[in-house]
Amino acid sequence: MAKKTAVSFTLNGSTVDVLVEPRELLIHTLRDKLAHTGPHIGCETTHCGACTVDLDGQSVKSCTILTVQCEETQVLTIEGFAKGGQLHALQEGFMQEHGLQCGFCTPGMITRAYRLLQEIPDPTEEEIRYWMAGNLCRCTGYQNIIKAIQYAARKLRGEVVETSHPLMAEVSL
Amino acid sequence: MIPRPFAYHAPDTLQAVIALLSEHGDQAKLLAGGHSLLPMMKLRFAAPDHLIDLRRVKELCGIVMSGDEIHIGAMTTEHDIVASALLAEHLPLLVETARQIADPQVRYKGTIGGDVSHGDPGNDHPAVMLALGASFVLVGPNGERIVPAADFFLGTYATAMEPDEVMTQIRIRKAAAGSGASYAKLKRKTGDYATAAAAVVLRLEGGVCAEVSIALTNVAPAAMRADAAEASLMGKTVDDAAIAEAGRHAMEACEPAADLRGDEEYKRAMAGQMVERALRAALLRCAA
Repeated sequence: MAKKTAVSFTLNGSTVDVLVEPRELLIHTLRDKLAHTGPHIGCETTHCGACTVDLDGQSVKSCTILTVQCEETQVLTIEGFAKGGQLHALQEGFMQEHGLQCGFCTPGMITRAYRLLQEIPDPTEEEIRYWMAGNLCRCTGYQNIIKAIQYAARKLRGEVVETSHPLMAEVSL
Repeated sequence: MIPRPFAYHAPDTLQAVIALLSEHGDQAKLLAGGHSLLPMMKLRFAAPDHLIDLRRVKELCGIVMSGDEIHIGAMTTEHDIVASALLAEHLPLLVETARQIADPQVRYKGTIGGDVSHGDPGNDHPAVMLALGASFVLVGPNGERIVPAADFFLGTYATAMEPDEVMTQIRIRKAAAGSGASYAKLKRKTGDYATAAAAVVLRLEGGVCAEVSIALTNVAPAAMRADAAEASLMGKTVDDAAIAEAGRHAMEACEPAADLRGDEEYKRAMAGQMVERALRAALLRCAA
């Protein structure tokens, strides 16, 4: 009954093959078999959003998806965001606006915010609050997270953004 | 938290789903969006030997107009409902309801058919289905049958669906001209089930209530109609006094169970408040 099944999917652009029991959850496959530990295990009950990944163009909580459901899908995790040493606009935004304290929720926040900005490139603050409601942060309150997403939205729309973050200033030189 | 072992099936066609259900019957569970079932399996409240994933059965998806009815495939997600222009125009109550279900990530996966057929009194669509007079297409080895919502919800996790049946479609008449509807839901936080919620569909004629249906979520073993509250409004001007009276009737009708969301008295009071809120919102929409 617990016979293992071969599952293939695309993870951050590369094809991966894994052998899993049907009951294995995607979060465990990502973290334990594929060494992608960006998606975090938080509540394990589909509430907190720390395990959020992008699955075929949808934000999902990978603690509530079986890996066998991911056959032939495209999975994007936080590890797929930075390209060629350049942070993604959202990563830059979270640094610039200090959208984090302990950082535990950040990979899920960024992955969810990425899909939100694909669907609504110019969201109002109210829209950000509504569409980010599946991600909980226990330390910052949400104001800086909202600012970080607004920063990324401006940058992704091609507007000029200024960063005062010392590390970002070095990166942009 | 990991579910007990099970055999996984992902058939491509409805026929194959029925064949698997006929073979495994009550040893099997259908996996739609999985966002009610998988948490139950992780907590070991459910432990099916066979899991039949419906994701590849394309004929179960989509929202179409058919005459004056709207047909919604059972595998249509809450996200699809929130984004549907057809529903926004002809059945805005469904969009308003879906927007209040769980959170964005859950709405991408959660399906209307799963929500309706799971039998959880905390789910939001059952009350809305009762208020809208929806009917459900159930397909089994002996073919198809259509069950009205009024005959479907039998109790907690108990519905009229047989173990060898699958819900394929939900059929709802489009909203009547001049009618107004609302779903008012009180929840402790994003993602939570309702402490209490009420679905209302209202139509006025000559300024008085000509048609009304009121249904309640999570204040009884299953979603329920508030008959006395409806009767109290018929033929009357829907003013503050009539709305308050309907709320009182709804409070009397519900049978809430005390839990972490509140004791019986609080939940009963909130059921009354949600009926009043939904009636006020529906009334405003009638006039619009």
